[in-house]
Amino acid sequence: MAFITVTDLSLGYDEQLVLRDLNFSVSKGDYLCIVGENGSGKTTLMKTILHLKEPISGKIETGDGLKQNEIGYLPQQTIVQKDFPASVKEIVLSGCQGRCGFRPFYSKEEKTLARENMERMGITDLANRCYRDLSGGQQQRVLLARALCATGKVLLLDEPVAGLDPKVTAQMYDLIEGLNKEGITIIMISHDISAAVRYASHILHIGDRVFFGSREEYLKSGIGKSFVEMGKGGENNG
Amino acid sequence: MYLQYPFVRYALIVGVLIALCSSLLGVTLVLKRFSFIGDGLSHVAFGAMSVAAVLQLTNEMMLILPVTVISAVMLLRTGQNARIKGDAAIAMISVGALAFGYLIMNIFSTSSNLTGDVCSTLFGSTSILTLTPGEVWLCAVLSIAVVLIFIIFYNKIFAVTFDEEFAKATGTRAEAYNLLVAVVIAVVIVLAMNLVGSLLISALVIFPALSAMRLFDNFKAVTICSAILSVICAFFGMIVSILGGTPVGSTIVAVDVAVFLICYFSGRVKRGIVR
Ligand SMILES: Nc1ncnc2c1ncn2[C@@H]1O[C@H](COP(=O)(O)OP(=O)(O)OP(=O)(O)O)[C@@H](O)[C@H]1O
Ligand SMILES: [Mg+2]
Repeated sequence: MAFITVTDLSLGYDEQLVLRDLNFSVSKGDYLCIVGENGSGKTTLMKTILHLKEPISGKIETGDGLKQNEIGYLPQQTIVQKDFPASVKEIVLSGCQGRCGFRPFYSKEEKTLARENMERMGITDLANRCYRDLSGGQQQRVLLARALCATGKVLLLDEPVAGLDPKVTAQMYDLIEGLNKEGITIIMISHDISAAVRYASHILHIGDRVFFGSREEYLKSGIGKSFVEMGKGGENNG
Repeated sequence: MYLQYPFVRYALIVGVLIALCSSLLGVTLVLKRFSFIGDGLSHVAFGAMSVAAVLQLTNEMMLILPVTVISAVMLLRTGQNARIKGDAAIAMISVGALAFGYLIMNIFSTSSNLTGDVCSTLFGSTSILTLTPGEVWLCAVLSIAVVLIFIIFYNKIFAVTFDEEFAKATGTRAEAYNLLVAVVIAVVIVLAMNLVGSLLISALVIFPALSAMRLFDNFKAVTICSAILSVICAFFGMIVSILGGTPVGSTIVAVDVAVFLICYFSGRVKRGIVR
């Protein structure tokens, strides 16, 4: 069985349907990219997978030894207030909270885990800095380290490179690719179609037309071809 | 000198304990934009207190505490419901409770000094100096319970305050901890009503947190600093009020404000140096 299996899923807000009859699955080691226009329901889908929202119908099952709370997550925008006093160390460590259950304090292993993940993301020297004083790219790394503390199995990333400059964007993609090579399953939402077809093993395209399949299938499909062309056009113009 | 009088000693003990526990949750309240809940609840507590006074209950706490806790839970619920604006609901409840409480007191009160009674529930003028040993014990037990709960749930409160969605997604029971915070706030407010009266409670909760946030930029340091500042301000304020004969509540708040101003400017200086 796959890590995450989605069958006949319809989602939306109250009566307003955003997406209907979605079927796809994510297996261990996959790198799934979710692409689609603004407002097509990518973030909504992600929140439904995380059980932050109830689906309208259909179901999301986790299997292959994956528990519901073992999905780490990088939000699209963190709604953290500008004046929140929190150090990088405190934030990364808070990723371990889900492991604690009713235990009030973090164990030695969890502190070690937080330190390792900060090292992995190259933010060890920022450990005592205040989160709000960091650059956008540094903040994303901190949140990624936090997500890694929550799980070593699946990461959900909602537009992890939004607002980053090309150099930092490339670094971020490398970082994510590295994590995938280490065996972490990645589900990434992206507008960057060229990156999606470069790194992903599978693509889920949502919108008026829905596509799910491997990268090769996507590149051969009509929807994939037109979308990739559009991406290229945008790049040349920009 | 004054410390030889038991009521002064009681007042100081209770005041320091209340200041300690009211400051702990201040940081969370400020950051979650919940400061107004404290304000709303204090008005509810005032309404409950006037009902208790009219019914001539011997132990007012027995009525005020549950009513305030229930209102806290309700306010939190409406606050989470996107349809009803949380702050509008709070404004409604708090102003309603205030008006209702004053009305009841006016109609049913048997006291000859109504204005004085109302004034002291609103501003807590003398009540801190008239505590009985029983009330001191109750305050002490509740404050210690609040401090212990805060320490035990410190990491969870941080996680939920910083990013509720992430906490929920990774298996932390965020709703439960929000509820816990609301209940603890209600308890703190009922306690603090003895010290500063219902109108000034928010100041006691929020000023130390705001002051500490000027000086430090990690959660632990801010929390510890706000607890220390709050205790010092309360102690100092009480001494001044006893020596100078000024009202306890407003003196403490005045000291809190002064400390906030100091922290504000030293914070600016500190940042200026760092940059
Ligand atoms: N809280 C909400 N209540 C009601 N409708 C919402 C809510 N959030 C989003 N929507 C609607 O649901 C649809 C999908 O939104 P969603 O945020 O999932 O899009 P998205 O694909 O993530 O877009 P983007 O690329 O801009 O991030 C949109 O039409 C949006 O207007
Ligand atoms: Mg989105």
